[in-house]
Amino acid sequence: MTREQKRHTFNIIIMLFTGLAAVLFLMPTVLTIANSFMTTNEIAANYGSMFSNMTDAQKTFISEDVNLKFIPDKVTFSQYSSVLLKSPDYLLKFWNSVMLTVPITVFQILLAVFTAYGFSRYPSKFKSIIFFAYIILMIMPYQVTLVPNYLVEDKIGTLMTNLFSDGETEYQLLNTRWAVILPGIFSPFSVFLLTKVMKRIPVSYIEAAKLDGANEIQILTKIYMPLCKGAIVSIAMLVFIDYWNMVEQPLVLMNESDLHPLSVFLSQINTSDVGLAFAVGTVYMIPTILMFLYGEDYLVEGITYSGGIKG
Amino acid sequence: MKKKKSQCGRRGERIFSNICIMPSLAGVLIFFLLPFCIVIYYSLINNPISGEFVGLANYKKLLETVAFRKAAWNTASFSLVSVPLVLVLSLWLAALLERSIPGKSVIRTFFLSPLMVPTASVVLVWQVLFHNHGTINQVIQDFGGVGTDWMRSSHGQIIIIVMFLWKNIGYNMILFMSALSGVPRDILEVAELEGAGKIYQFFHIKLRYLSPTILFVLILSLINSFKIFREVYLLTGDYPYDRMYMLQHFMNNTFNSLDYQKLSTAAVFFSLIMIVVIAVLLIAEEIFGKDVEN
Repeated sequence: MTREQKRHTFNIIIMLFTGLAAVLFLMPTVLTIANSFMTTNEIAANYGSMFSNMTDAQKTFISEDVNLKFIPDKVTFSQYSSVLLKSPDYLLKFWNSVMLTVPITVFQILLAVFTAYGFSRYPSKFKSIIFFAYIILMIMPYQVTLVPNYLVEDKIGTLMTNLFSDGETEYQLLNTRWAVILPGIFSPFSVFLLTKVMKRIPVSYIEAAKLDGANEIQILTKIYMPLCKGAIVSIAMLVFIDYWNMVEQPLVLMNESDLHPLSVFLSQINTSDVGLAFAVGTVYMIPTILMFLYGEDYLVEGITYSGGIKG
Repeated sequence: MKKKKSQCGRRGERIFSNICIMPSLAGVLIFFLLPFCIVIYYSLINNPISGEFVGLANYKKLLETVAFRKAAWNTASFSLVSVPLVLVLSLWLAALLERSIPGKSVIRTFFLSPLMVPTASVVLVWQVLFHNHGTINQVIQDFGGVGTDWMRSSHGQIIIIVMFLWKNIGYNMILFMSALSGVPRDILEVAELEGAGKIYQFFHIKLRYLSPTILFVLILSLINSFKIFREVYLLTGDYPYDRMYMLQHFMNNTFNSLDYQKLSTAAVFFSLIMIVVIAVLLIAEEIFGKDVEN
């Protein structure tokens, strides 16, 4: 074999290997979607033995084993119609997810554009100290940052009651949506990434704009924002998926399970209503999957920007 | 005259750039930094009412708590295994995909897809796979092996490691792929002419240039390994089997009992460990990463 042929064969082997691994990576997602088209009975027959709360009549025809099935016997939308029409609970929880994730993403990004601009223009000792504090904060796990969040929100609630209450109403910040939204808006993640992107903008662009008489606000809106458009989109996607996926914050900051997002509620459906769980799971991944299909290139670009912590 | 005016302008711009930071800084101070000072204070007193300073007694008590020690050990052993594993695997995949193979972009998309799938959506599939009578045990039995009850045995951590790898390999792989494409071609060509093999090139040239990215992926994976609580919580709830009881479960359950001293002490302890680990990594980069920067 010539060297060229050898290389070609080697490439085919690598393609088969990585391709197989890639398909395995896709499997959990595909299986969830495929199973969402099964009838409730088929689900019960396949997975019933995992969950003990089935009726005896159903139990008689279930085997001990759990069968992970790929292709449904009969494709139906019955799970979806149950989820969408008969159980308003799931739709409510989905709405809760939207009401938490969308404001956090929108305001975190808006704030980050200004903050990152501030950090990237005119570096100073003061700024670099604050930026370092942001990095440390970003590194901390939720279980650490949630403790200060909880304390301050508890105090703000008491303070508001003392200041504004007529003696009867009690104001609270904990157990409301704001308890999760406010700390989310100020999370330093997007500031960190966007600052790194903005620092790469060549000074000559700004000098040129200034010669043409642009002021700082024009530099921000006419130069920085258009140049960072791709990065802003990709950071917004990363923030959105992170909060769409949230579990820790609502568990600690919102006792009221009426307000919990679907990401928390799904773990409870899984055990109580297994016939619908696949469909609910599929509905829940639709927004993020659509984002991924639409913006994969942006996402890859954004991930690439994030490399190198010092930037 | 003109010069003076432009200096004034510069000063105004400087102030404007500082003002831009203020809203964010105010929020961070209110919600994170200032209350964290209170957290540190709480960790040093015996209770919020009398406010008596007790030094490190709370820390001593925390370290003697059985649940905390178990949780800390589980978290540490999970991070020590999963972080190097995700690093090596994603670097290896990135190196494989550096070759010009057909279908490369589709493969990349597949590896990246778990990043965009909410964990809660697919957690049922993981439960089915690792159930006592589930798919993986059936496959093991088909090959004549003996299955294990994954969820309720000391093998529980394997499930979490698999889920962690599934979620994080794609992101890290992209980082490594872009770093690999940034390795100067001319150096590699010279090495090729000198007769250096692919493997020699990888370990002696490319790894050098990758060292900042390796550090970044290490830190990122460490952060993400502390986020694994989500997966375990969705899989098993508040009180999982022993080997899956993580530091985050401990914190969450302490939240429910509202023991401020214990909670604050654990939070400060947790953050100190994170700071020490990150500092060690950054110092290591200072020492080993210098030679490629110029």
